[in-house]
Amino acid sequence: MSRLTLVRRIAARPSIVFDALTTPEGIAHWWGPDDGPVLVAETDVRVGGRFRVRFRMRDGSEHESSGEYLEVRPPERLVMSWRWLGGEEDPNESRVEIDLRPVPGGTELTLTHSALFSEETRRSHEEGWSGALDKLVRHFTKAITPDNHKGASA
Amino acid sequence: MVNYQARLDRTFAALVDPTRRAILARLEREDAATVSELARPFTIKLPAVMKHLDVLDQAGLITRSKSGRTVTVRLRPAPMRQAADWLRRYERFWSTSLDRLAAYAEAKEAAKRTDEEEGRQ
Repeated sequence: MSRLTLVRRIAARPSIVFDALTTPEGIAHWWGPDDGPVLVAETDVRVGGRFRVRFRMRDGSEHESSGEYLEVRPPERLVMSWRWLGGEEDPNESRVEIDLRPVPGGTELTLTHSALFSEETRRSHEEGWSGALDKLVRHFTKAITPDNHKGASA
Repeated sequence: MVNYQARLDRTFAALVDPTRRAILARLEREDAATVSELARPFTIKLPAVMKHLDVLDQAGLITRSKSGRTVTVRLRPAPMRQAADWLRRYERFWSTSLDRLAAYAEAKEAAKRTDEEEGRQ
């Protein structure tokens, strides 16, 4: 399965991390793959509510993603659908799950971003998937980019 | 866009099976192998291996070339690369985003603790 999982230890209580994840003010401080500015951040944090975030990267390109909140359980879990406007980065809808676990001194955040596939693929996935594929895909990722990002597991 | 989805779907469907993954992993290591070489480590019969090779071929993951009675199989990594690209793109996005999220939340936490301590005094 195309699925990215990242884990971070954060020296802040879960309620603060949850607010940072969901408030427009919080999102404006962190959203995006480089330190370019967030231009629009709108959130309606309830099941069925939507978010929309637009940011500009340092190369001047602008990108926007939006989606629907599917699970909202402050301060421990947030699930949302995800789609890029224009679809250049990824034309398909995907899914983001974030779990916040209190640990001594703060929060352990686990983020999983998964691609969504057709019913058929999903079924075969449920029937016989194992972590081996993730390893295989990861192996290819390594073969392509020698500069591996740390902190990632699949 | 539909094609992109269908291609990714086919790639992942082909990769679900452990025998097919083992075949790919071996081709990744060895560059090329004949069908009978590929079949040797498995307990399944040659026709079953051929069937797996058909699925991998249809997903565009391998190529087969025939020379006399020998069929040589090679890896065609493009579809796998597409799956890997997907992963890498989101990894880039979230890695940086989460680092900055952590820095922001930690600053908020520090400010809140200062407030709480002042409130207590």
